[in-house]
Amino acid sequence: MKQVILTIKENIALTPTTYRMKLAGDVSAVAASGQFINIRLDGHFLRRPISVNDVEYDQLSAITGSEKDRAGTITIIYKVLGRGTEEMTHFAPGKELDVLTGLGNGYDLRDAGEHPLLIGGGVGIPPLYLAAKKLRADGKDVTVILGFNSSDEMYYIDEFEQLGCSVTVSTADGSCGIKGFVTDAFRDLAFRCDSPCLAEAGLAEESDSEFTRFTHFYTCGPEPMLKAVYNEVFKKAGISGQMSFEERMGCGFGACMGCSCRTVTGYKRICKDGPVLRTEEILW
Amino acid sequence: MVDTKVDLCGITMDNPVIPASGTFGYGYEFAELYDINCLGTFSFKGTTKEPRFGNETPRIAECPSGMLNAVGLQNPGVEKVIKEELPRLAEVFSKPVMANVSGFSIDDYVYTTELLAQQEQVGWLEINISCPNVHGGGMSFGTDPCMAADVVKAVRKATGKPLIIKLSPNVTDIAAIARACEEAGADGISLINTLMGMRIDPGKRKPILANTTGGYSGPAVFPVALRMVYQVYDAVSIPVIGMGGISSAEDVIEMMMAGACAVEVGAANLVDPFASRDIIADLPRVMGNYGISCLRDIIGAAH
Repeated sequence: MKQVILTIKENIALTPTTYRMKLAGDVSAVAASGQFINIRLDGHFLRRPISVNDVEYDQLSAITGSEKDRAGTITIIYKVLGRGTEEMTHFAPGKELDVLTGLGNGYDLRDAGEHPLLIGGGVGIPPLYLAAKKLRADGKDVTVILGFNSSDEMYYIDEFEQLGCSVTVSTADGSCGIKGFVTDAFRDLAFRCDSPCLAEAGLAEESDSEFTRFTHFYTCGPEPMLKAVYNEVFKKAGISGQMSFEERMGCGFGACMGCSCRTVTGYKRICKDGPVLRTEEILW
Repeated sequence: MVDTKVDLCGITMDNPVIPASGTFGYGYEFAELYDINCLGTFSFKGTTKEPRFGNETPRIAECPSGMLNAVGLQNPGVEKVIKEELPRLAEVFSKPVMANVSGFSIDDYVYTTELLAQQEQVGWLEINISCPNVHGGGMSFGTDPCMAADVVKAVRKATGKPLIIKLSPNVTDIAAIARACEEAGADGISLINTLMGMRIDPGKRKPILANTTGGYSGPAVFPVALRMVYQVYDAVSIPVIGMGGISSAEDVIEMMMAGACAVEVGAANLVDPFASRDIIADLPRVMGNYGISCLRDIIGAAH
């Protein structure tokens, strides 16, 4: 963890309620996809924890020439949920923010295997982008399921496709893609043995072992979605994965015990020992 | 050179700043960030006889200039604290530490106090009879002078080390409770624990906190804390530790002028992990502003 001052470079609307902000400065503490930053806002006591959507490093140098204070840009995507995030939408480029960076454990991408599946729902989609970027850089065959309530809330589909991911969209109201939830999209993908992905992978004929194509999954989204994914993808289909959880936090760095949860391996703090938990340790 | 040293129940501290229990864990989250030996001491996470998960989540809600928490004394239990947490703490903190004790019965308090008092690292015991977030025990001991005195008498027999009793502000006469603790053998009083409050999520038409109510802390409660420290300083002759919303060196000065010989910093640590360190670093400058050369001289100066 590091406390740094970051400068807003961009703050734009992706949808009427979802914004993207780019923050420049010392990004050295961001070590993994799935980590988050905690932003101090004037007039609000608690910081606002927001997942890291992307991190880019400046080409030539670091602030001091060392990895220790490496300069770059952190991208976050946030949804307007309350007064704090509403105020953030009015922040102009150039404004400086007091930010704690490099919080949480993040996704462990070493377990991805060759065909990782990424499942994101709504405001849970952003951290999967950095995971997808890193997995694609490692040459993995990445399948992404993105779930939204409606087509007017959709964002980042092109961005995932530009990384070379195979993207399937579901909307609850059926206005785009598969009508239903991400789990409906998963069933559709997994059972469709004529799917182009399967055909490309030479697996089209192996219709009895549809699920085996995916080696591991990574997910983030609202808790009801996580629970459905846990049941469908882990329990029924037998694919292990890593799930990023959200909880109201006090400090965000493990001191206050505000966001504790029970796991198979004992009590964990969502902010410090999470937000990513493995399917095998989740108690549901 | 200004002198920031203070005496707390016979132990000299380099400065009066003590991170408050429940906002500083067992020290090492902060030791990763800075050398915590700059602190006067710190009061570690409230420890009970048995391990506790605490309350269900959500446990945190934001408020104007502060926050509600209803953690509910999550801790690994006294045995594990002694076996695992204190040896780890010894690696990063070389000063006497303040052990914070909670319980659900007088026997619980005695058991936990006895074990922790035997630890060489422990300089003081802070007996929390004021937790608003647990049902049974906790605050129920701290809202009645007779019950408070019963706890103090019992733990007094368990140790000769300094006993500081942490009081609840959720009472009508804090001075009476402080006096009862002093008469029962307390060596010091710390106050205030959090003020009981609640928030409702209008969209869900339900309390935000799973526990319904929680304890309010942060700068919003500072004037309440200051007033109560002022009253208790008049009521007792044992040392008083002031806490509640302290977030600057100026606040430390005010609290000491109200009668505190040391201060605890709580919620501020959670929003700025460097808060306690920065307050200590800023003390000499602020003392200079007010012409204070020796911090001990201002204790109770406002009376």
